[in-house]
Amino acid sequence: MVAHRLVSALAERGYPGPITVLAEEDRPAYDRVNLTAWFDAGADELALPPIAADVHLDDPVVSIDRDNQVVRTISGRTVSYDTLVLATGSRPFVPPIDGRDARGCFVYRTIDDLEAIQIWAAGARAGVVIGGGLLGLEAANALQRLGLATSVVEIADRLMPLQVDDGGGQLLRRHVEGLGVRVHTGHPAARVDTDPDGTVSGLTLADGTRIEADLVVFAAGVRPRDELARACGLAVGERGGIVVDDTGRTTDPNVYAIGECARIADQVHALIAPGYAMAEVVADRLTGSPAVFPGADTSTKLKLLGVDVASFGDAFARTPGALDLVYADPVAGVYGKLVVTDDARRLLGGVLVGDASAYPVLRALANSDEPLPERPAELILPERNDSAPRELPDAAQVCSCQNVSKGLLCKAICDDGCTTLPELKATTTAGTACGSCLPLVKQILTTELTRAGVAVSRALCEHFEQSRVELFDIVRIRGIATFSQLIAEHGRGRGCDICKPAVASMLASLGGGHVLDGERAALQDTNDHVLANLQRNGSYSVVPRVPGGEITPQKLIVLGEVAQEFGLYTKITGGQRIDLFGARLEQLPAIWRRLVDAGFESGHAYGKALRTVKSCVGNTWCRFGVQDSVGLAIALELRYRGFRAPHKVKGGVSGCARECAEAQAKDFGVIATETGWNLYVGGNGGFKPRHAELFARDLDVDTLVRYLDRFLMFYVRTADRLQRTASWIEAMDGGIDYLRRVIVDDELGLAAELDAAMQRHVDGYSDEWRAVLDDPDKLRRYVSFVNAPDTPDPSITFVDERGQIRPTRALEVVRG
Amino acid sequence: MTAVAIAPEWVPVCDYADLTPERGVAALIDGDQIALFRLADGSLRAVGNRDPFSGAYVLARGIVGSRGSSPTVASPMLKHVFDLNSGRSFDDATIRLPTYPVRVADGRVQVGWSRA
Repeated sequence: MVAHRLVSALAERGYPGPITVLAEEDRPAYDRVNLTAWFDAGADELALPPIAADVHLDDPVVSIDRDNQVVRTISGRTVSYDTLVLATGSRPFVPPIDGRDARGCFVYRTIDDLEAIQIWAAGARAGVVIGGGLLGLEAANALQRLGLATSVVEIADRLMPLQVDDGGGQLLRRHVEGLGVRVHTGHPAARVDTDPDGTVSGLTLADGTRIEADLVVFAAGVRPRDELARACGLAVGERGGIVVDDTGRTTDPNVYAIGECARIADQVHALIAPGYAMAEVVADRLTGSPAVFPGADTSTKLKLLGVDVASFGDAFARTPGALDLVYADPVAGVYGKLVVTDDARRLLGGVLVGDASAYPVLRALANSDEPLPERPAELILPERNDSAPRELPDAAQVCSCQNVSKGLLCKAICDDGCTTLPELKATTTAGTACGSCLPLVKQILTTELTRAGVAVSRALCEHFEQSRVELFDIVRIRGIATFSQLIAEHGRGRGCDICKPAVASMLASLGGGHVLDGERAALQDTNDHVLANLQRNGSYSVVPRVPGGEITPQKLIVLGEVAQEFGLYTKITGGQRIDLFGARLEQLPAIWRRLVDAGFESGHAYGKALRTVKSCVGNTWCRFGVQDSVGLAIALELRYRGFRAPHKVKGGVSGCARECAEAQAKDFGVIATETGWNLYVGGNGGFKPRHAELFARDLDVDTLVRYLDRFLMFYVRTADRLQRTASWIEAMDGGIDYLRRVIVDDELGLAAELDAAMQRHVDGYSDEWRAVLDDPDKLRRYVSFVNAPDTPDPSITFVDERGQIRPTRALEVVRG
Repeated sequence: MTAVAIAPEWVPVCDYADLTPERGVAALIDGDQIALFRLADGSLRAVGNRDPFSGAYVLARGIVGSRGSSPTVASPMLKHVFDLNSGRSFDDATIRLPTYPVRVADGRVQVGWSRA
């Protein structure tokens, strides 16, 4: 990562010479800070932007000849250099205890390590992590999510001893234990116990405690990889690390060292921000600028096992005369400490556990000379005033990974015209490494845009100046029942393909009744107008509901018979049902008649509506399952069927932490635990994939349903048109925490109303297909031509492909 | 070749009462497809049913509305919008749908059709 950064920084500064990168791993540099994301999203999630250099992977350097300025690699390649930069990083420290090489012991450093852990974990029940620091808790998180009973062993008397103080450590421990991870502090591991065949069976601590485990992860710190430097006679520190001066230069003027392998100002830094800072300094030096290392910002903020932890600046009050201000609320699970100067004028550092939302502002304050407010404790008290970023000086560093100041951000907004977070990230690189500063970056963006008078119109379309949310409230509060009334009283013109379906959806969400009743029919997009999905050649597809993906053999046979009888193409969908393609408009009622008679109903695949609740097979059959995921998925799908929303809504239910239903990619996902269900919300596949966030843990079914009712109804009331739940939550002021306060704590006093609205929906549900079949008036629209109702549309033709039909393409011969 | 102006023949298509306000129907005349719309004010428009952007015969199934003072239909395929008075595309000035005269006589809707 640090070498990758150096090459990028050299390119930015117009470094003219050729650059060769010799790498040990067989994959391009990746984002090691977010390593754990690999379990969820794979290696692509960790990819870094491409660099302009001659990169040789899987070919590590084995020796350096400084006299002749040549390095040799393991494959025998020799590369001569003018300047050599060592960015060899570090290796995991594995304490020298018996059994450390047993099968089932791992370290947590590379994608290869994670792959090996994942494979081993598939056959394991319990895991133990040695090391209760940042990396150790990260590893514990991973083991727990792999479904292992997880323990953490820390030699110090608290978790994260390098980042948090005793008070923070106690609170952190309570959080972590509350999540089911067992914590052992104060004693080192004495030996890894093994079976006769040499595989891990447990871990014994120095005090005799024995922990059953079949997987051990060593995450007890790292050691600099300085062996190349040692071998060629460069100075290294007593406790390791290539000695460099404040320009990153080693004892050889032609050789630099950066990142975790370097010892700078007699310190080795195993964090990304100091490594990046060294890369910038060396890039400056190599392009003729007189930069020196500014000192390390060792601030960290992370979310471990769902717990926010942050530490910044002088967290342990080592500055002479420094004072502590501590706020602790063990009940709420929040701990905050500010370290201030002896006159309480300036912030030096601090620790936050449980709620780190103040971190970006506080860290920026600690890095500036800005005076503290009159009562500094207000900065960390729960009811704090968040106006701080306005007062941040331009010099304050907002993103410490990429060294972006507030001034640079303001310039990008005012001078370069950045108006969105993605633009601002792309222009300034702020928030592109660890991302912890993004809330502050977003706040600065909003503040500056407002100040510059940039107002983004929220008008729905040319016919309504109101946003969808405002129109929804107008329709709801005034009890408006028709589009004509709404546009006459609150809009202009005759509407369009944007506002008409949007209002039709609101009327459906609020009033019930059939979507094709009266004037409402004319508002619908063709899919909702005919209750099927328009395909590229003007034909439609038909998707009957298969709740939870469970279907009887008899119903499968009916689907096959219908497809055969009407000559339809069949495809299994991602939502565990069967899509029947190629139906002509006039065929739809006959197809539904067959399906409805066999007990099927509409699957609402055509609507901005609840689509499916996908499930794995659950504990009924699966030997790993802990709950009946199919049963719950069916119950949820039947409860919310026909529910119309600003966009489509998908759900998923997994019967264990293996998550075979991919519930975390859904708008709402439910994952079984030993004692109940965890609820996730705001996931999204599609154009911009996003993982759902954990909303609440270990719920019983009644509570789960109540939260889901409110979640869905609140979404309908407050989301923009075509806004999926993912971007709805992202755009929400206060994010998922706010959502929790609305749904769980009923902060807005809306819960009863939302509950009642969902109950009306559930009570008012009826099958839309059957309603058309029972209504001759609605059936009239299912004709090909008004003057030739029995003539099939001659423009819809098919050819055969792999034994089924597909639409004829231009210039193809039509099937006879 | 000489262009010959031929007075349109009025082809009956359906009853006026069959048409839903602000919605279209498709009609088949001599193998050609027409999209026929009844607007909010009760007046009628007829254009070609083929969406020139997608090649599919689907315009009769689009949402009827307005843009400025022009009545419009939005193709259900890729949402391109057309002026129902002129047939002109709002997305590409070089594209124009064929338009046809249409009238009501004795409660029957008739499309003006030039037989070649």
